[in-house]
Amino acid sequence: MASKLVHRHSLIVRLSHWLSVIAVALLIGTGLNIFNAHPALYWGHKGTNIDTGARWLQIGAMRAPDGTLTGQTIIGTASFNTTGILGLSKTASAAPQMIAFPSWATLPSRRNLGLARNWHFFAAWLLVGTGTLYLTYGLLSGHLRRLIPTAKDLAPKNIAHDIKDHLRLHFPKGEAALSYQVLQKIAYAGVALILLPLMVLSGLGMSPGMDASWPVIVDAFGGRQSARSVHFIACTLILAFIAVHMLMLLAAGPFRLLRGMITGWQKVTT
Amino acid sequence: MTLLTRRTLVASSALLLPGCDALIENPRARAIAKAAEQATLRGQRLLGQDALAREFSASEISPLFKANGTINPEEPAYQAHAATAFKNWRVKVSGLVKNPLSLSLTDLQNLPARSQITRHDCVEGWSAIGGWSGPPLALLLKAAAVSEAARYAVFLCADTYHSTTRYYESIDLIDAWHPQTILALRLNNAPLDIAHGAPVRLRVERQLGYKHAKYIEEIILTDTLAPYGQGKGGYWEDRGYEWYAGI
Repeated sequence: MASKLVHRHSLIVRLSHWLSVIAVALLIGTGLNIFNAHPALYWGHKGTNIDTGARWLQIGAMRAPDGTLTGQTIIGTASFNTTGILGLSKTASAAPQMIAFPSWATLPSRRNLGLARNWHFFAAWLLVGTGTLYLTYGLLSGHLRRLIPTAKDLAPKNIAHDIKDHLRLHFPKGEAALSYQVLQKIAYAGVALILLPLMVLSGLGMSPGMDASWPVIVDAFGGRQSARSVHFIACTLILAFIAVHMLMLLAAGPFRLLRGMITGWQKVTT
Repeated sequence: MTLLTRRTLVASSALLLPGCDALIENPRARAIAKAAEQATLRGQRLLGQDALAREFSASEISPLFKANGTINPEEPAYQAHAATAFKNWRVKVSGLVKNPLSLSLTDLQNLPARSQITRHDCVEGWSAIGGWSGPPLALLLKAAAVSEAARYAVFLCADTYHSTTRYYESIDLIDAWHPQTILALRLNNAPLDIAHGAPVRLRVERQLGYKHAKYIEEIILTDTLAPYGQGKGGYWEDRGYEWYAGI
């Protein structure tokens, strides 16, 4: 089968992709460490471990009468045994640790709220800078127009067709591979234009300084603790995107696609 | 292919995790990360240097207000004050001022008070709403006549909190003169209890909880933070936390 190299991604898109990878990896790792300092979520403005009226999520360890420890995740009124992952988990060297997110998932791996916060805000500024660069370029160059699904893309028949293609791991070849399919568009536009901006806004919604200057952000979320909850939920969705993105990359040809996102040039069959 | 990838993943995660710790704990790398604090400070000051923190209605007050950090200073001197209802407690104002002050609790109680129902945001992530009341710090600064050279107000406290030196905090003069920055003597219409900082604690409403020093004995106006603690401007700052805790 013949193939040729096609210039697939512009420099700005590649640069902002990899800077976002660094920023988001730092933000998730340090964010989980920060969450571990108070592993509970609430709706509204307020909530503590002695003011639990608005609490909807809690991760912790529970000791049974016989002394055995289990990791528990409580969502609303439902309680789940999450021993090994959430609430109680093993560390490389020590005995099981009572911690919400396990040490292998957090940055740094041990509890250190101060260090995690230093890097969280550094990465947040990196993400905001990268996002500004990407969105400005995307608007001026027409890149964003190609990313946002059209009415034709969103026709139920087209979406059903694309879902079927994805489930059969049947990826477009040749020229068709050079434009995004509808599920790709929804995923990429959803992350770049909705979830990441939502992470920044909900993060700012937790800032007491921002609440004084721009109270509209906290108002939009319905309270500081609501902003914290949205921050957590949007992060979970971003993690889901990353998982699917990695699976699709592996299924569709990791070396070909990585080469495209690093050098800009991607091999397509003709 | 799959095997190769999985093996690579396992190998790289084993290498990656300690590597990540080493990288982010590296003092030089951390110094770069901490540059973000200055960006946050400048950005937030640009957006609203004089903005007021959100105030709430009485119905929104937390039924129980969580107390954190020191909740009962063990120091004998403090316990002696507590045993006599703080009647000999004094708050000194000194440093770069023309008129150093030494105020008793009664002096502070006799100053015009500001009352505000605000949300206390702990660095850990939780929030509690409470009604605070006490004289604005600005009144003390005015009476002491702060000199032009002063840049910070440093607060020295009576507790040591797992340390050999006393808890301390500092704010710049923008926050020090801010109308909601008060020396709280009351919480929810009752004299401040020991867990929440009796007899006097700082409220600096646009920053996180660790800035709100409890058990205040001295307020020093200064142009440098170097002589206090390890020089980073506060107990938690000396342990790596941001001095500007507006986020």
